[in-house]
Amino acid sequence: MSGQNTETLAVTGNEAAAEAMRQIDPDVVCAYPITPQTEVVQLYAQMVADGKVSSEFVTVESEHSAMSAVIGAAAGGARTMTATSSQGFALMWELLFVASSYRLPIVMTTVNRALSGPINIHCDHSDSMGGRDSGWIQLYGENHQQAYDNCIQAVRIAEHLEVRLPVMHMYDGYVISGAIGPLVMLSDDQVQDFIGPFTAVNPLLDPKRPVTVGPFDGLHGWYFEHKVAQNRAMDRALKVIQDVADEYGELSGRHYGLFEPYRLDDAEIAIVVVGSTAGTTRLVVDKLRAKGVKAGMIRMRVFRPFPHAAYASALEHVKVVGVLDRADSFGAQGGPLFLEIRAALYDNDPRPQVLPFIYGLGGRDIFPDNIEQAFAVLEKAAQEKGRTSTGRRYLNLRED
Amino acid sequence: MTLEIEQLLHRERLPHIWCAGCGVGIVAGAFLRAVLDLGLKRENTVVVSGIGCSSRAAGYIDLNTVHAIHGRALPVATGIKMARPEFTVIVLTGDGDGAAIGGNHLIHSCRRNIDLTCILFNNQIYGMTGGQFSPTTEPGDIATTAPYGQFEPPFDLCRLAEAAGATFVARGTAANIRQTEKLIKQGIQHCGFSFIEAVVPCPTEYGRRNKPAKAVDMLEAERARSISKTKAARLSPEELRDKIVTGVLYEDTQKPEFQRTYAEVSAGVRAQVGRRFAEEDEK
Repeated sequence: MSGQNTETLAVTGNEAAAEAMRQIDPDVVCAYPITPQTEVVQLYAQMVADGKVSSEFVTVESEHSAMSAVIGAAAGGARTMTATSSQGFALMWELLFVASSYRLPIVMTTVNRALSGPINIHCDHSDSMGGRDSGWIQLYGENHQQAYDNCIQAVRIAEHLEVRLPVMHMYDGYVISGAIGPLVMLSDDQVQDFIGPFTAVNPLLDPKRPVTVGPFDGLHGWYFEHKVAQNRAMDRALKVIQDVADEYGELSGRHYGLFEPYRLDDAEIAIVVVGSTAGTTRLVVDKLRAKGVKAGMIRMRVFRPFPHAAYASALEHVKVVGVLDRADSFGAQGGPLFLEIRAALYDNDPRPQVLPFIYGLGGRDIFPDNIEQAFAVLEKAAQEKGRTSTGRRYLNLRED
Repeated sequence: MTLEIEQLLHRERLPHIWCAGCGVGIVAGAFLRAVLDLGLKRENTVVVSGIGCSSRAAGYIDLNTVHAIHGRALPVATGIKMARPEFTVIVLTGDGDGAAIGGNHLIHSCRRNIDLTCILFNNQIYGMTGGQFSPTTEPGDIATTAPYGQFEPPFDLCRLAEAAGATFVARGTAANIRQTEKLIKQGIQHCGFSFIEAVVPCPTEYGRRNKPAKAVDMLEAERARSISKTKAARLSPEELRDKIVTGVLYEDTQKPEFQRTYAEVSAGVRAQVGRRFAEEDEK
């Protein structure tokens, strides 16, 4: 497409997200400050005050109120956004389910940060992984550009009439949120044309068609059917997410899929990874390839709905898959992404081995060496006869 | 020189995170001197805090401490006090932690009149997250979420606490720290819910966007604005605008304390049930 902007800006991840919000210019934004999300809200407050956007901006007294307020605004027929991290996300948890079951197309920026305790303000994915069953669509970004691109696409996905579900998009706290990286923006008009005007569905404030949102409908009501309808919308979202990504690719020249494979075609061993660590993993894949090791990777982008069939097909030729989780599911067989990947590959014949790795909890550094160690485990497992133990392997864990 | 209060500090965790000119350390010091003066024992004194600049104090204090989550120091402290009524339980919180996200817990702790001492460091801003306005930011003042001035009215937290049922309500400042120390001591000794608002300067996040800007000037202004309850009683509301009324603002030694009432009711019910079982046994 002609007229594409090629100017590269140097911004923090939070600035990238705030700029996307400015261009989207939602009707209502409600938020509460929490490290490392704060900068997004603070920048947005300045934009509101400077008249750069027309949003109503409500600084509430907690994240529980922030999510409640956007639910109210969205039910009233407004395009709404919010942003949070960590404990703030946890405090919203009860409302996450309400937002999705009311089928409100809220878009939320989640800057990934560890959950207490002990108190930790650094990156891991425990917060948003804790909301994986809340009925929200989840998009994970790798870098500054994706924080921006996912935020804009999220609006279209959420508001699609086949979907009408809230969308959260994530990027890594500090590593992306606070660090400066490159960003190429669309023009304001391009973003507005792309997202289009907001259409409210069954809004509260239509006096000709009064509606009730979320009432108790009794033991013999339609709760169960309602939940099934939500899940059907999730299923339909897979195609919508890809369609929106394709259209966005036409517009921006930046193409996205449900996940992003790298040197995977003839790979014998592969790592599946989320967020900023994908960049480090790519370097390691290149290094191993130079040595003749058939290593590949997938960067997960869409976690809800989980594109299990696409993973089963993409990884069918791989002998051993290592899944790098930056969150743990205590007492489960492995981290949340591991469980999904392992389940997705169950019907494959031959069935690849899938091994769980946990790394980076509470912001623990992850170095190329650590990822090489993970690949070494996969390589060994690929050479050995029989199947390797699926006990957790921890990367860069301190010795006792 | 070793200060006496250093025996109550985790010195290996110093230096602290507070900015130069911050008033939180001044009041935290006063609290520790109060603990020493009252002869509180390490084994039965508990400090609970939430999240924010003032709540970080719990991390430096070498007593039994819980650094809870944002806004929830009071419920955690309530649980501790109910389990161990003989403990002295002190909550350190701030205006964001205690009056915004945890505001609900504040009014209900006051209402119950449970024997806790809540020291709320009021710097009128969210300092740790970078200067967003709080429920005590003065109208017209600048914050990062109010770049052209705050337009929401603030809480008067002492009046709120009194109306909600606290039985010891006091306000002190970092500027007049001897008075604040005395108020903290009185609050800890009081049986019932004690609420002490400590007005502290935040030059980094408040001062630099508002006037006065410098730490010393902020303390001077605090001192100049302070007025005793007795003097305040003689002034009109107009004259009282911008004043910080300090001292013990409200005290009630008659209202029953929650934990004691609970113990009495509990003992009464046990006795009643015991009698009924005894009667049934006789039959």
